[in-house]
Amino acid sequence: MPTYTLTINGSRRTLTAAADTPLLWILRDTLGMTGTKFGCGGGFCGACTVHVDGVAMRSCQWPVSALAGKRITTIEGLSTDGTHPVQQAWVAEDVVQCGYCQVGQIMNAAALLAAKPRPTDTEIDNAMAGNICRCGTYQRLRAAIHRAAGEQTAAAGGDR
Amino acid sequence: MSAPTMDRREFLSVTAVAGAGLTLGVRTLAPTFQRSPFPVPTDFAPNAFVRVGTDGVVTIVVGYSEMGQGILTSLPMLVAEELEVDPATVKIEQAPADPAYNNPSFGMQGTGGSTTVSAAFDPMRQAGAAAREMLAAAAATSLGVPRESLTIANGVVTHAASSRRMTYGELANAAAQIPVPHHVALKPASEWKVIGKRTRRLDAPSKVMGRATFGIDVKLPGMLTAVVARCPVFGGKVKSFTATAARAVPGVRQVVEIPSGVAVLADGYWAAKKGREALRIEWDEGANASLSSASLRARWAELAKQPGVVARHEGDSAAALASAARRIDAVYETPFLAHATMEPMNCTAHVQAASCEVWAPTQAQTMAKATAARASGLPDAAIQIHTTMLGGGFGRRFEQDFLSEAVTLSKMAHVPVKVVFSREDDIQHDCYRPATYNVLAAGLDASGNLTTCTYRSVSPSVQAHMFPLQNGLDDNAIEGALGEYAIPNVQVEWVRDEPGVPIGFWRSVGNSHTAFVKESFIDEIAAATHTDPLALRRRLLANSPRLLGVLNLAAERAGWDSPLPAGRFRGIAAHKSFNSYVAEVAEVSVGADGTPTVHRVCCAVDIGRVVNPLTVEAQVQGSIVYGLSAALRGAITLDRGRVQQENF
Repeated sequence: MPTYTLTINGSRRTLTAAADTPLLWILRDTLGMTGTKFGCGGGFCGACTVHVDGVAMRSCQWPVSALAGKRITTIEGLSTDGTHPVQQAWVAEDVVQCGYCQVGQIMNAAALLAAKPRPTDTEIDNAMAGNICRCGTYQRLRAAIHRAAGEQTAAAGGDR
Repeated sequence: MSAPTMDRREFLSVTAVAGAGLTLGVRTLAPTFQRSPFPVPTDFAPNAFVRVGTDGVVTIVVGYSEMGQGILTSLPMLVAEELEVDPATVKIEQAPADPAYNNPSFGMQGTGGSTTVSAAFDPMRQAGAAAREMLAAAAATSLGVPRESLTIANGVVTHAASSRRMTYGELANAAAQIPVPHHVALKPASEWKVIGKRTRRLDAPSKVMGRATFGIDVKLPGMLTAVVARCPVFGGKVKSFTATAARAVPGVRQVVEIPSGVAVLADGYWAAKKGREALRIEWDEGANASLSSASLRARWAELAKQPGVVARHEGDSAAALASAARRIDAVYETPFLAHATMEPMNCTAHVQAASCEVWAPTQAQTMAKATAARASGLPDAAIQIHTTMLGGGFGRRFEQDFLSEAVTLSKMAHVPVKVVFSREDDIQHDCYRPATYNVLAAGLDASGNLTTCTYRSVSPSVQAHMFPLQNGLDDNAIEGALGEYAIPNVQVEWVRDEPGVPIGFWRSVGNSHTAFVKESFIDEIAAATHTDPLALRRRLLANSPRLLGVLNLAAERAGWDSPLPAGRFRGIAAHKSFNSYVAEVAEVSVGADGTPTVHRVCCAVDIGRVVNPLTVEAQVQGSIVYGLSAALRGAITLDRGRVQQENF
């Protein structure tokens, strides 16, 4: 099997894998980084969302062979201690229920806020539409994104 | 200290291991108790622990499963209330599968049926209160003062008169020498500081960091991942298979046949899944190969003409219908529904010569243990069940299919094995909410008053595949049928038919269809008699104050009588299930293409005492989303014996 070098959370990781192995399974099975979740395998549910060059991507849809030179960020690299504004907002708004989809939700929300610091309800709904939560935490996660947006803007010296 | 001599009927019991502090448990099932194999620092086995370490850390051992409903927050709150500690500081241990941890509502260990908080309400508070009093007694002895002169807060016992303080950590060992109080009065509700307070989830920080361990995250040294090819037709079997190509997939280690199909075991999920795709299998599709939703519907329409087992019989419905001035008839069909938990089904097992360890996201530890014993051929005492976090449950994780496969495969492969369902496996090999076919009739007198209602439901039995039925009746099948409505003559019948589709407990079980059928039919009656649907319900619920209460509250908050924009409509429904009273008003519109849009749902609930309001709000919001998903997009349909849906 071929060898690949990936840049994950700022570290270079060299590994061997079949070329078509999705990043999801490289993370979970090869590297033991189980924060990224398997939900559907088809890019429908968003549980496996990571950042590739800062953009939210479904890691189940990215073969390892396509990732050379790309910068990958997973939940383990979003923050090391849960202090990313989105993570803190998630706790403050008590978003989590079973929690299984929430890592993907958080990664998607963090990418949204990086691209659009003060999203409207509609922009949030559109951006988050591909992230399914069967517990039905949608109302609280929208509130959490607004909260995180406010705190990010405040931290950057913006208005509230 | 030697183990105290226990009265087997004694409710609270205590022990200590030198230096380990105070360990306290609640015993409710002592006569049938078996020693737990779980390595807890104790020489007795409780059904729920409170442990206070010499470091002052309070740990509780929870026998229930956390699947999003918030019990790993609400149960610590119950202990903390009496023990006078901050619930956020309480540590949780997940209990082993052991009769000592049985859910008193089920007579076995398991989580479901909206039972956990009510079942744990008294035992958890009593365990906390007894521990508090033992710590206080130890402090009284140590300080040479009466117990009554001490106050307790935040894990510290204070003697105000002398300004002396002792922490729980300092007191833990001495407290373990104190006899267990037989009866400790619990705080009156007026003194509660924790119960009823909006308390954020204690499991949230680990979950937002991706650090919580769900079943699918379990990894053991030498473990293989298994993906199983199951017959697409329910009940079908493997006739023959060729695994040459599958074995050639890099990373594939073994291919074996098990009762449920052909399993590919590999170094990871991706190789196992590719191996499965490379299998060539000839199936014996069996008796269900021609089953379809259409054929089932036709069969049930015929069966609904036959009388069923009588579940409710009040008055004389036949006579009332015969003499009715007007009759209203309706048929309601509900589909099979998948659970579709976010975490696909999975289980990890390690079977060795004399032991079997299982890591399972399970709602049913007692059944898990029995299943593991059967599949491994080992005695109960050799089985250890580790309950992981559950990425959703909704009743699916009462089932044992995934656990049985993992144990069977680990035994055959002689290595630890994690079985993982793909999402397609999860959707196509679920144990579904049963489809139902329901025939209803109502009789009205000349003034339009409802004089009778009959309700005949055809469905398979969820209970029967787990427990023997009482008098041929599965009371889950028709629970909630016609509900609390005051109707003079009522007949509810159930016709059982088993089409061979695996079925199981699905959120709210029978209520998931009886509430829909009942409330839809009440609306039909209201429409036929030109009555306001709220007014009709009020009239029929005049003697059901709690359901009437939530009905009125929901209507008021929704602005039932206020005008709506053109094209927008309101509907109302009320139902009691699992001792909860719920009413909802929905505002909907229907697009030109027939697509409904739900603009707003206003929900009122009366569930009695609330331990954590945040949890309840989350459950109510989430269940509305779950119900809408089921109603609008959830139908599972069959063709040629196969489920036609595949993924989200």
